[in-house]
Amino acid sequence: MSDSKIVVDGVAKSFVSTNGALPVIDGVSFNVDDGEFVAIVGPSGCGKSTLVNIIAGFERQDQGVVKIDGVKHIGPSPKGIVISQYGSVFPWLTVQQNLMFGLNGGGHRDRAALADHYAAMVGLKGFEAAYPHELSGGMLKRVELARALVVKPEILYMDEPFSALDALMSLRMRIELQRLLGEERHTVLLITHDVEEAVYMADRIIVLSPRPTTIQATFPVSLPRPRKLSSPEAQGLRVAILKELGL
Amino acid sequence: MSEVVAKLTKIVPPILVILLLIAVWWIVVVKNDSAIFPTPLQVVTGALELAQDGTLWEHIEASLLRVGTGFGLAFLVAVPLGLWMGWVGGAFRTLNPIFQMLRPISPIAWIPIAILWFGVGDLSPIFLIFISSVFPMMVQTTSGVHTIDRRYLRAAANFGVSHWVLFRRVVIPAVLPEIIVGMRIGIGVAWLVVVAAEMIALRSGLGYLIMDSRNAGNRYDLVIASMIIIGMIGLLLDGTTRLLERMKTVKWRYVR
Repeated sequence: MSDSKIVVDGVAKSFVSTNGALPVIDGVSFNVDDGEFVAIVGPSGCGKSTLVNIIAGFERQDQGVVKIDGVKHIGPSPKGIVISQYGSVFPWLTVQQNLMFGLNGGGHRDRAALADHYAAMVGLKGFEAAYPHELSGGMLKRVELARALVVKPEILYMDEPFSALDALMSLRMRIELQRLLGEERHTVLLITHDVEEAVYMADRIIVLSPRPTTIQATFPVSLPRPRKLSSPEAQGLRVAILKELGL
Repeated sequence: MSEVVAKLTKIVPPILVILLLIAVWWIVVVKNDSAIFPTPLQVVTGALELAQDGTLWEHIEASLLRVGTGFGLAFLVAVPLGLWMGWVGGAFRTLNPIFQMLRPISPIAWIPIAILWFGVGDLSPIFLIFISSVFPMMVQTTSGVHTIDRRYLRAAANFGVSHWVLFRRVVIPAVLPEIIVGMRIGIGVAWLVVVAAEMIALRSGLGYLIMDSRNAGNRYDLVIASMIIIGMIGLLLDGTTRLLERMKTVKWRYVR
């Protein structure tokens, strides 16, 4: 399995609290291939976010190894960009300045042109000079997505990216993301509690157990795209995953 | 039309309060037949007299110049120091205790030392203004750095930007609203202190004008005129500093 983009091997993590160590992740191992879209679903509070933070390099595991492209991973890098529920679009920069934030090299004009190209790609044409507080929640998400895509990251870590949006906008962003991923190939690790979101987008779905979390089940998803969630196969998969989650 | 009405309902009540206050003042003075305490009319006449012979402007200019210099120096020291203390934990732990101890000492308490070090010229009040405004600006800047939302720092780390970009594009703009708050507090105390400092052995400034008017024949009309002018200039200084809040890059902090 040396061609795996991401290798997670025996990762374990505890948090130290006043009542002693609280184990959160109890030995999780999986691989993600180059260009694969893997979704991780699990009950809330099971340590999904901690897991993605470890893989993205923001937190250190107690045990186990994370390798990206066969190299032991230490610390965050633009190779894998995190998009989280809360968003981190800089409110003091315009849309264009936000998109240019991670770009270096090349002249200012080249970077601005590249930023504008991605702004147009996510449907923000005409809003390049706007400040984030002038935008809606859905548009903010688009800014965040475009800011990540513009640096051409090999991996996208998405930690419940759309869960702060209303249901309709969340659906819309899901379709939008699918379209963007069709245009540019990325390896994606999606953390979600929304089983339908996982079934709609992922190539493979990993179900985590409650804390201290381990991998409880893995479902490959081989349905053709664009997927219909109403199809019997998709519904069957959804029911099977929900059953794993105890519903 | 309704816009005009809305504006009027905003402006009229405070003006009414001021007019009422002036009326009460006038009536009380006239009823008591006070020999020293002036009526509003005498205050206005006194102020006009000062404005016409030019001394008023000289005093205002002298005070503003001292505030400008002391406050400017304090800003140049407070902001870099505050950023450094906010960013480097060791600097904070080492320096914060001593600054917290110096901060509650009233600037007025520094007057004897100011005279000892700088004599009775312009330097003493400038030093006092510096002392009074440097601490609030520094504390505000430091706490601004401490309260930067972690997700922004994480995003910056994720994009792997240089320290320079991190500082210029994330830390400074994130702290800017706090720096502006610090400036407002700083300019406020600076203005309080300059008047107090000028009461001691200086020959110019609004503080001197107050003391001089009293000493030179109990000119209480000029005392009160100076007080009102001091209040109005203070309001103007605060208003000017508040204009900074309109900058596009800090607007995010004030919406909602």
